[in-house]
Amino acid sequence: MTNEAVSSTGSSMSIRIDCLLFGRYAELLEVGVLPLQLPENATAGDVVARLRADRPNGKQLPLEPMVAVNRKHVKLDTALADGDEVALLPPLAGG
Amino acid sequence: MGGVHEDPIDGSALLRSVADHGCGAEILFLGTVRRSNEDGPVVAIDYTAYAEMAGEEFDRIVGEARTRWSGARFAVRHRLGDIPVGEPSIGVAVAAPHRAEAYAASRFIVDEAKRRLPVWKKERFDDGSAEWRENAAPSRTPGA
Repeated sequence: MTNEAVSSTGSSMSIRIDCLLFGRYAELLEVGVLPLQLPENATAGDVVARLRADRPNGKQLPLEPMVAVNRKHVKLDTALADGDEVALLPPLAGG
Repeated sequence: MGGVHEDPIDGSALLRSVADHGCGAEILFLGTVRRSNEDGPVVAIDYTAYAEMAGEEFDRIVGEARTRWSGARFAVRHRLGDIPVGEPSIGVAVAAPHRAEAYAASRFIVDEAKRRLPVWKKERFDDGSAEWRENAAPSRTPGA
């Protein structure tokens, strides 16, 4: 599992979250769980921007994918907190 | 209550679980894996999910249905894993005092499940290839 974005100590000015990827997004980025360190005022949209900027194939993620925080659908401007679980959801296909 | 499991869906058991002497209408909806002209020679669909969220979201959907149709009873299942053509991937059983509520509640739950459950499917074809597919209906837009 990739873990390069997490410092050993953290900081009061940053938060650490787990980003979860599923379906075609997990295949695209070749990872299912990605720990990330972000500024304390980061939003769900910042997670998307980080992945698009830093990950191989990241640019192939949509600019505005569906996102869930702590297992609830949210908008991209939702503020994150330390320890949040942020999931990027490909277009749904249940049923 | 709601559930996302790898076990095959037993529609009869779902229906029995909602039966009630106060309910004169019982409906069982089964969504099955199909082989159609537009989809090509599908032999199976592999369903994956954000399972923890899917279970919670299914519970939320049933909770909303229970609020809207307070006299009704519900049982729901979504199956994950490799599901062959002809077998159900989703089952929704509703019992209600009258048929109008039963039809409406069943449709509500199925529509919301397709729109909100974090579930994905990859169609497998008879030549060994596979392809991600998504629902035609728009996925959930938060706050909409």
